[in-house]
Amino acid sequence: MTIELIIGKYNYWIYISLMMIGFYAMIAKKNLVKKLIGMNIFQTSIILFFISIGSKKGATIPIVEEGVKTIQANQYINPLPHVLMLTAIVVMVSTFGVALALLLLIYRKYHTLEEDEILNLRR
Amino acid sequence: MEGTISIKPLLALGTSALAALLILLTGERRKNLREGWTLLASVIKFSIVASMIPAILQGKTLEWTLVELFPGVSFQFRVDSFGLFFATLASCLWIATSIYSIGYMRGLQSASQTRFFFCFALALHGALGIAFAGNLLTLFIFYEILTVSTFPLVAHKETEEAISGGRKYLAYLLTGATLIILAMGFTYTLSGNLNFKAGGFLKGHGTDPLLILIFFVFIIGFGTKAALMPLHEWLPTAMVAPTPVSALLHAVAVVKAGVFCVLRVILYVFGPQLLAELNLWLLLAYMASFTILVSGMFALAQDHLKRRLAFSTINNLAIIILGASLLSPSGITGSIFHIAAHGFMKITLFFVAGAIYVKTHKEKVNELDGIGKAMPVTMASFAIAALGISGIPPMAGFISKWYLCLGSLEAKEILFLFVLLGSALLDIAYFVPIIYHSFFKKPTGDPFPQVDEASLWMVAPIAICAIGSIVLGLFPNAIFHFFEIATLSAKNVLGVP
Amino acid sequence: MSHLPFPILIIVVPLISAFLMILLGWLRKSLCYLLLIFVLGITTLSSFMILEEVLWKGSIHYRLGGWLPPWGIEYVIDPLNGFVLLIVSTISLIIGITSKPMVEREFPERAIYFYCLYLLQITGLLGIVITGDLFNLYVFLEIASLAGYALIAIGEEGAPFASFNYMIYGTIGACFYLLGVGYLYIESGSLNMADLTKLLPGLLSSKVTLIAFAFFSVGIAIKMALFPLHVWLPDAYTYAPSTVSTLVAPLTTKVGAYVMIRVMVNVFPPTFFTETLPAALLLRWMAGLGILFGCLFALAQKDLKRMLGYVLIAEIGYIAMGIGFGNRNGLTGAILHIMNDGLMMACLFLFVGAITLKGWPRKIDQLQGLHQTMPLTSAAFVLSGLSVIGVPPTCGFFSKWYLVLGAIDAKQWLSAAILLASSLCNAILFFRVIEKAYFGKAGNEQRIERPILKRDEAPLIVLIPLWVLTLGVISLGLFSGTIISNIIHLTIPASF
Repeated sequence: MTIELIIGKYNYWIYISLMMIGFYAMIAKKNLVKKLIGMNIFQTSIILFFISIGSKKGATIPIVEEGVKTIQANQYINPLPHVLMLTAIVVMVSTFGVALALLLLIYRKYHTLEEDEILNLRR
Repeated sequence: MEGTISIKPLLALGTSALAALLILLTGERRKNLREGWTLLASVIKFSIVASMIPAILQGKTLEWTLVELFPGVSFQFRVDSFGLFFATLASCLWIATSIYSIGYMRGLQSASQTRFFFCFALALHGALGIAFAGNLLTLFIFYEILTVSTFPLVAHKETEEAISGGRKYLAYLLTGATLIILAMGFTYTLSGNLNFKAGGFLKGHGTDPLLILIFFVFIIGFGTKAALMPLHEWLPTAMVAPTPVSALLHAVAVVKAGVFCVLRVILYVFGPQLLAELNLWLLLAYMASFTILVSGMFALAQDHLKRRLAFSTINNLAIIILGASLLSPSGITGSIFHIAAHGFMKITLFFVAGAIYVKTHKEKVNELDGIGKAMPVTMASFAIAALGISGIPPMAGFISKWYLCLGSLEAKEILFLFVLLGSALLDIAYFVPIIYHSFFKKPTGDPFPQVDEASLWMVAPIAICAIGSIVLGLFPNAIFHFFEIATLSAKNVLGVP
Repeated sequence: MSHLPFPILIIVVPLISAFLMILLGWLRKSLCYLLLIFVLGITTLSSFMILEEVLWKGSIHYRLGGWLPPWGIEYVIDPLNGFVLLIVSTISLIIGITSKPMVEREFPERAIYFYCLYLLQITGLLGIVITGDLFNLYVFLEIASLAGYALIAIGEEGAPFASFNYMIYGTIGACFYLLGVGYLYIESGSLNMADLTKLLPGLLSSKVTLIAFAFFSVGIAIKMALFPLHVWLPDAYTYAPSTVSTLVAPLTTKVGAYVMIRVMVNVFPPTFFTETLPAALLLRWMAGLGILFGCLFALAQKDLKRMLGYVLIAEIGYIAMGIGFGNRNGLTGAILHIMNDGLMMACLFLFVGAITLKGWPRKIDQLQGLHQTMPLTSAAFVLSGLSVIGVPPTCGFFSKWYLVLGAIDAKQWLSAAILLASSLCNAILFFRVIEKAYFGKAGNEQRIERPILKRDEAPLIVLIPLWVLTLGVISLGLFSGTIISNIIHLTIPASF
């Protein structure tokens, strides 16, 4: 039962562990770059989650071949989550870009990227 | 009871709002013009209010609705006899106060006079709005305008003492106001209505314990403004304000507005019947009696003249509430009439205290020995008003106290008769020594110069108000039919034809 | 009226203009401001038209690219988002007008980028409000947030760091929201809000729906800075440039609140979070604690802008509490408060901007004599402060009134007590400032020697919008009855 739960839904477990790793890094790490990496892992885990919920066993890419008359839904992967993730990736990349720019600004100002050092400097 | 639609209440309110704006725009540079606006507005406002008297005496009510605020409750003015009574008093005494405050503020060369006159006009605006409000919410809106606009007046001197007095004032009054919101919320949820109705509209709604709770939240809320003990603490502290403000606060606008609101709640929200059923009137009467006696004793102990007057005010406000809570025709009549009688007399007393301060910078009771020789008119007025408050004929205070005593007999509660008599004795005990010392004792320090009255701007209002309180006592209907209106309101409330 | 596609114009015009702005900036820098005002004018006008049409003819459905829902993205405007749309676009127009002198004073060299980001931010906010698709909402949420991060980072010394923190929190919030979308999609196979409203009542018992709801709630709560997920807000809004905090503070959190109402009350059946889940209870607690916490922390602040930041957290608490009551009056109060709080906060932050513009410090105890040099500006502050306290007839009173009625209806006595206590706390907060600005230093003996300061008002381009907002604060209070019966009552689902 438990094994079935773990193996049968392995995609969820993977995404959850990735997400927790990312979450941990975002909250607990003192270095801002590490926080950012954590954020990236966090976002990626969500992308994986979406991708995995769209896939089906033994199904193919959702392109209808010529000459096929009747379309059976279970033969094709659900394309919608994938499409959504394309957009989400764009969003995430831009977040990443803005974040890097911010880090650059912070580094120029304080000459460090350690959170506690910055807080000390600002006090 | 249907109302006649009339724009007069709106005009009267608009006058003071416009005056406030004009005062602000005129500013410090053109003093005469600024004070001109104040005087002009007070006269116009008073005449508009006075022009409503005949209609009210015929038993009509005047209405003007602006916008609907939420279902069943509009921003509405509705002038009935009780509201008009208060409005007449407030606007009539505003004239006196504005003349006086010109003399006072110039005499002291006080700073920020524009702010002073602006807030003053705004406070009167609030008081008049309270008088004309047709429902609890409109009343509350103006109640808050009054509260907020009085704060700069209390803190006017900008000294540490003044500012902390202002803070205390706000702390008490805003706490009271939030309680009122709660009580209004309950009232609205129970009855879906906030419109005043002579004889009350809450009857038949809700359970008894809930009604009792609402009643007490209301009384505590409005009681802070009416300085019902133990919620009175802000009032003596607020005495740091310039004297015209104290006069305004204590004789006309603020505390009287508080009492007015309490009476509105007793008579127009709950209604005599409901209060009698729930036996709440007795409780309220006990609370008021407690305040009457204790504040009288406190007043005896005060050395500062204005503080003594403040406790006397607390005392008299409680008398008004006591009268109304007796729920008998004479009691209510006397209580309403006492609003006016006390207004005239107390404003005289405060004016006198201010005149003395401007002239001699003396504020303590024991420094006033022999001052009667120097300022005969002023001190004579003081004597008239003080004796009037103690209930000695022929001043106005006698009439109201007489009716209040009758009221307590009608309610078959002898105890309250003794409370009233006791308070009259206390009044004499704390006023007569001042009169005696000022006229018949030799000054302790430097002798006063011969006759040296304050400027005419100040003496005239003092004398007029003092004469007013005598006239009101001899012919209660001579000035603006005060007595008739008071009886009319009592009849309306009790449903007696 | 419908020959112009307003629903799409309102998004596309600012989006495209944002990029045009950069081009225009290369050509003629001075025209950028005009373009900004022009675009914001168009959005305000179109949102006005949209609201009018919605009120007369019922909801508008606009299908992007002609795809039918639930497959395509659909913009749906009903009275609720029509109303919020108008609030967002009007406030952004007013703030946009005032931006010029502040931008010139604080960062003249980056004006073009600022205007570009400003438009992107507005695109995002309007998009969040107008869209009828949950995933599309996520995208707009991120557009708004990204523009917000960048805008905040322009600010003073601590700004980039504060902005980075905001970004970490904001991303967590957005990702949680996205997860919620994912789970809801697994369960129902739809992303369209209207479609979900039909599908969800049958799926409520499923655990997946529960999880989706939980992710949604947490994600949105972070975005709207609901206690205890508010940590990013005070720093970010304090260090942001004044014109940015004036824009972001009133709008972003309010739009977050709108999303919360939309998801909890419209997408999910309203009974779901009041009866099936103890979510309403939790929401009330968070809101109540948030109100108290916001007020108390605001009391401890010496910096005016930071104080306003904490006041904002308390105000968000009001809205959340209104939703949490789960009854008609509470929700009315919440929706009304979205408008009122937007106005009040815009007014207050604009006041801070105006005094900063004239070189006044933001420290509360250094404001003596402010009313002499800037009488009109400080009068506006007093009026909007009174509104936050809840003094009638300003609008703040009316939303508080409905919230109190909601608390009484829901028999939540503790919440009612918190609501009332907080208005006292706000009174202390604002009168502390007013006292300093109007009465000088307490106990100062040198009062007479205090030099009569010369009048030095904020420029008219700031002053007039400030007073427009202030008059709005007063008049919308008096007309709240009309607004409620004509608009807000239409937005509340019938089951309430």
